[in-house]
Formats: sequence, C-alpha cells, structure tokens
Amino acid sequence: MTDVITLPGTGAGVEGPHEGPVGGHHAEGEPTGFLKWITTTDHKVIGMSYMVTSIIMFYLAGIMAMIIRAQLVTPNNSLLSFHVYNELFTMHGSLMLYLFAGPFAFGGLANYIVPLQVGAPDMAFPRLNALSYWLYLGGSITMLMGFLTAGGAADFGWVAYAPLSNAVNSPGAGPDVWILSLVLTGFSAIFTGVNLIATIFYLRAPGMTMFRMPIFTWNMLVTGILILIAFPVLTAALVMLFCDRHFGTHIFSVQGGGVPVLWQHLFWFFGHPEVYILALPYFGIVTEVLPVFSRKPVFGYKGMVFATMAIAALSTGVWAHHMFTTGVVLLPFFSLLSLLIAVPTGIKFFNWIGTMWRGHLWFSTPMLFCIGFLLAFLMGGITGIFLAAPPIDFAVHDTYFVVAHFHQVLFGSAVFAGFAGFYYWYPKFTGRMMREGLGKAHFWLLFVGFWLTFTPQYYIGMEGMPRRVAVYPTHPGLEVWNQLSTAGSVLIAVSFAIMLVNLWVSWRKPIVAGDNPWDAHTLEWFTTSPPPHHNYTHLPPIRSERPTWDYNHPDAPSIGHGGRVHEHHLLNGHDGDRVGATSAPTNGHESVEPK
Amino acid sequence: MSKRAKLGLALLLPLLAAGCQLPSFGFFRGSTTQGQSTFKLIQGFMLSSFVVGGIVLVLILWSVFRYRRHKNQQGLPRQSQYVLPLEIVYTVTPILIVLALFAFTVVTENNVDAVSKNPDAVVNVTAFQWGWRFSYPGQGVVVQGVELEDPMMVVPAGQTVRITLRSTDVIHGFYVPQFNFSRYATPGYSTTFDINVNQPGVYRGQCTQLCGLYHSLMIFRVKAVSPTQYRAWLAKTAATERLTGRSVT
Repeated sequence: MTDVITLPGTGAGVEGPHEGPVGGHHAEGEPTGFLKWITTTDHKVIGMSYMVTSIIMFYLAGIMAMIIRAQLVTPNNSLLSFHVYNELFTMHGSLMLYLFAGPFAFGGLANYIVPLQVGAPDMAFPRLNALSYWLYLGGSITMLMGFLTAGGAADFGWVAYAPLSNAVNSPGAGPDVWILSLVLTGFSAIFTGVNLIATIFYLRAPGMTMFRMPIFTWNMLVTGILILIAFPVLTAALVMLFCDRHFGTHIFSVQGGGVPVLWQHLFWFFGHPEVYILALPYFGIVTEVLPVFSRKPVFGYKGMVFATMAIAALSTGVWAHHMFTTGVVLLPFFSLLSLLIAVPTGIKFFNWIGTMWRGHLWFSTPMLFCIGFLLAFLMGGITGIFLAAPPIDFAVHDTYFVVAHFHQVLFGSAVFAGFAGFYYWYPKFTGRMMREGLGKAHFWLLFVGFWLTFTPQYYIGMEGMPRRVAVYPTHPGLEVWNQLSTAGSVLIAVSFAIMLVNLWVSWRKPIVAGDNPWDAHTLEWFTTSPPPHHNYTHLPPIRSERPTWDYNHPDAPSIGHGGRVHEHHLLNGHDGDRVGATSAPTNGHESVEPK
Repeated sequence: MSKRAKLGLALLLPLLAAGCQLPSFGFFRGSTTQGQSTFKLIQGFMLSSFVVGGIVLVLILWSVFRYRRHKNQQGLPRQSQYVLPLEIVYTVTPILIVLALFAFTVVTENNVDAVSKNPDAVVNVTAFQWGWRFSYPGQGVVVQGVELEDPMMVVPAGQTVRITLRSTDVIHGFYVPQFNFSRYATPGYSTTFDINVNQPGVYRGQCTQLCGLYHSLMIFRVKAVSPTQYRAWLAKTAATERLTGRSVT
C-alpha cells in the first residue's frame, strides 16, 4: 500500500471489522450504548440519529396522510370533524416539510456523508453538530405535543397565513408549540448549515479541490448557503407572530395598523428557497447514484455545479409566485424569474440523461429509485411551469392541481431520491446489504402507488376542487378520481411496510457488504463500512472527483476536458497538490459486485 | 423516403390533424372572456409541455432500456464527461422556450387583469368567516349567506361586471372554477377585477384559501342572466329588502 496516504496519528491494523447499526469505534473508557448516543459528537452517530428520527416523522406524517385520504373517499364523509381534518393536514405538511424532508437529507445524509466525501475526520464543529440534533429532536417532540394541548394541534395549514394564525382566530397552546417547534428546528438547520459550510471550506483532504468535490457535497454547500439566507427570515417572522399573539403587537393585524400580506412575503421569502433546500440535496443524491450505476462519470460536472448555483440564486427572487392571487405583487417579474428556474433544472435533467447515455446501467434498488425520481420530477417540473404563469395560476390556485404539482416535486425528491440515497448508503452506514428483492418490491409498489395517488389529483384540481377541504360536491367525476387517489395511497403505505421488513431482515440475517459493494466513485467508499471513529486511516490520491474509482480502475481513470486523461497529472504531480503521492495507483483494492 | 421516416410521418400526421381541433385537456374552456383568454394560454402551455416533456421522457426511457447492462458484459463504457456544444444547445434552447412562454403569459395576463373604465354593473364582494356578502352599490341590494346557504351573486351576462373584493376577518379566496379565475380577499385592502360572463347560467364558486373551521363549506353561486332580467331582479330584490329590512341569500 505504497500509493495511499497514511494519516498521521493512526496506524494500519488498528481498525478491524465490526458490526452494529450505528457506525464508529470507541476507544477504551468511552461510554457505550445509550450514554454514548447522548454524549456523542461523532458526525456519523448524529447523522444516523437524524435519519432515524426523520424517518419516524415521515411514517407519522404518512399515517396522517392515510387518514386524510380515508376522509376523502366519499364526498360527504363524516369520518373526521372539520377541526381534526384541519389539524391533520397542517401537521402532515409541517412534519413532512420541516421535520422530514429537510432534516433527513440535510441533517441526516449530509451529516453522515459530507465529511466522508471530503476526507475529513468529522464536522468542523462537532459539539455544535450535537446541539443541532438535540434542538431538532426537541423541536420535533414539541411539534407533536400540539396534539396533547386542550385545543389540539395547530390547524392553520403549514404556511400559517396571518391573520388566521393570530390569537383570535387560532387560540390555544397548539399554535404556540407549533411556532416554538419551528424556532427550535430552524436554529438546528442554521447551525447545521454553518457547520457544513465550514467543513466543506476548511476540512477537505489534501488534493480535494473544490472542483473535485462530489456533486452531493457541492449541493450541500449551496443548500447550506440557502439555509443561511432563508431560515433567519422564518425565525424572525415566527417571533413577530408570537409577539402578535401574546405581547399585543400588531405586525400582521389590520386593527393595529399592521399588514397581513407581510406575513406572506416573509414566509415565502423563506418558503421558496426552502423548496430548493428540500430539493437540492436530493438532486445531489441522484447525481451520486446515476453515475455509479451507469459506470460512467457524471456528465457535465461543471455545468451541474453552475446549474445548482443558478437555481439557488433564482430561488431567492421568486417568492411572490405563491402570492399571484393577492393582487398586490408585480406579476411579470416573479413570473419570469420562476419560469427561468426551468433552465438550470433542465440542464440537470440533460446531464442526468447524458450520464446514463451509453453507460452500462445496473438496475439495483437505488438506481430504480433514481429513475422513479426522474419521471416524477419531470411531471412535477412541467406542471410547475404552468403555475409560474400568473393567468394559469389564477385558474388553479389553491386547488388540487397545486397539491398534485408539489407532491410530485417533493415526493419525487424527498421520497424517491431520498430513499435512493438511503438504499445506496445503507451498506456504508451498517456494513450490511438490504435485500434486493424486497427493495425492488418496495420500488414498484411505490412507483405505481405514487402515480395512482397524484395523477388523478391534477384532474380533481382542474375540476375546481380546492385544497384543504374535508367535503366536496357529489359529482361522479370527483368521487371516482378521489377514490383512485386513495387507492394509490394505500399502495404507498404497503410499500413502506415492505421497507420496514427489509430493514428487519437485514438486521436479523446480515449479508456483509464490504467496503465498496457498488464499485462506487467517491471517497466514502474507500473506508470501511461502517467507517472507523475518525473515518480514515489512509486515503487514496485525489486526482479527480472520483478518487475511489481511479484507485480501483487504474486502467480506466477519469477523463477531464476534451478527453484529456488525468493520468499525466498523476505521473507529473504538477497540479499543485500538497500530497507527495505521485506514483500511478496499482490495483490493490479490487471490489466485487454482489450477485 | 426511408421506411422509418414514412412510419414516423404516418404517426405524426394524425397528431398534427388533432392539433387543429385542440382538446380541453380537462381544463374549463372558460365561461368569461377573461377565462377564455386564460384557457388559450393553457392550451399553448399544454402543447409545448407535450413536446418538451415528450422529448425528455423519450430520452430517459431510451437510456433506461437501450443501455441496460447485459449479462456477462465485459469492460467499461467510454468514460466521457463533457460535450461542450451539446451543453450550450441544451442551455440556450430552454432559455428561448421560456422567453416565448413568458411573452404569451404577459399578453394573457394583461387581458385577464384589465379593468374597464365604464363597467355595466358593479358588485362589492365581501368575504367573512364563513360566508359571502354581495352588495350592489346604489341599488339598495345586498345578498348575504353563510355556510350551507350558498348565496347567489346575480350578474348580467354579456356585460362587463366590476368586482371589488375585500375581507372583514382573515384571508379568503374568491374562486369560480368555470371562470378560470381566483383572487384573494385580504383584510386591509380591496382588489378589483372585471368579469364578462358570456352565457347565462349558474356557476359554482368556493373559497380556496384556508380560512378556519368551516372553510370547506364556504360556497357561493354566480348566476348570469340577461341584462333585462338583471335589472328586473335588482328592482324586485331592492323592494323585498326594503319591505323586510333583511338581505336575501
């Protein structure tokens, strides 16, 4: 192993194979079990805690969605009272958006994967990282506590429009704990954002230049910056709302000279970047998985990075497209900027297709989920273009058309791409494989269920059924499409029961994964599964965005601009690296794909 | 012409022919002049989305089915990463498409939002938890109804009706699906728009913006009648309301 960099302070052979759901070794005298969990600052344990907590939130919110769909099976169903119905869709949205989609990718996957991908031993601020998780867990529990208050949980929708969310229209402690929960989880997101940005800028391994970072890490960097732009605005708006509710201010109430629309501006100034905070990490996952399972580098790597930055930049100037029907926003400006987001998103699509083009596609579970993402996001993205045109938005605003649109976009990213990432990195997290058969069953049921649930909702919206209503007119068309939608949601629920079975089987009867079961590209697959306490005892030379691949395929190294092979960099060592390893890698790390 | 090109043309022709008789794609064709304008825009967006979305879909499916790994496939695919001319094409083309869509959007938007200086009728619409009040300024007529009463807003068909919308409590949404139009009723300011209902008829309307407990029941109707019937209705209703001292629903 003359070709790898041995890191100071670690010796080869110290780390051995190991098992357990949560990665990481412990030195003697360090706590284990529960005590380890609550005292840890290891990014891998924290990342895993984030993922487990957010997946629990996902299942809870999914159960709420099932109850909502059950209510809508018939037009005048009396299964739920209006009050409970309003609580359920509010909490479904709040849990999915604030406590699952963001924290799963940004707190969970990013926390675990980004330090590994840049070759760092941990996050830049490990204790701040622990604080992030505890704030998030506290915030999540606070949100759920709403159900235990006398008046029930918040019931004003996940957007909490003023003045519906004031003390007169939404009295009680439920809305207060909702506000408190978002302040807590908002700080958690801000701290994680700071931490990831610092980690990416300052803790990259020798040779890991910015343009050799995996796209997943790039997207997390841009997401971190977006979080720092968006979340403080939300937190500030929530404080204002709380003051309106309890301290007699009139920021959002007309009676005291306030302006209700201000809430919408502040909320969506957070809320629209938030949509991309929820999407960019998942784009990153797809950009990791597609190349690995096509056995090619990502197509148009630099275009991909600039497209991400363009999406982020545009996303800060489109918030008022949620407010077209208020009658008080400058329609052409927000319409043009919203339409323009289709351009960088389109570039991403073509790059994903270019990555698969002439590849050797291997349809393992993560790859199937990525294809599911592409199709879902294509449909969701195109209907998004419709909604960016104010007249079309006037026609379907706040109807099920919008519900279908944002579920296809968000379900496409957070669920299809999110669980693509989960299946993809599960061997790294645990050292075990999930079962392919069960994974594929999960995918196909989910795929059919997804299209069956959300496609009818476009038509329901075109027929004029508003969102957030518990009853609808007895109209044969509406009834049948709503029933189809409910049937689809049952398939989705079954598919996620299968995932639990898959986890259970992999837990009880482990199949050892090895370090690199997918013959993957990036640095995290170079270390053991799960990685040792400080991640690496040695690193391969980093000469492209695919260091592990270059190491394992010395005969087919990465190709840069114009087909120029990176090899001459390796031989001459003249690209400014601080590492002394200049000899070409030998194939000492062959990995075998599992059958 | 090759066999394949002939086949392609044979498949394309019926599509082109169908394009002349554009379907509604499930949307309302619009019962107002404004709504019809929006409907034409929707059709244009639909067609372009079929073309663009179709191309992307075919490319995805082609890569998925054509490039799947065969059994016992040896070696690696070519490790290509950049084709700059191609990247420029798929950056510039979407920009041009978006600009074209934007141009049509602005034209339609100006039609829909245009407010006439001399409307034939004026209705002040007030939304409240959980009902609607339609008052006809200068006519002494107020129509009002809550929850399940489905109040009826009567307007003259074929004429320009000015609607001024406001709310007394929280934000509501004035939405008539068949008009392809909705607008928020927000406390603190009023907004104004025109509708020209083309045909007499009764159109269902509903609040679209979550406004509290009985949001689901905040339904109203718009009844378009001939201008003569409209004037007769105004006179009759004004007389009834003077007599009873109460508004009708």
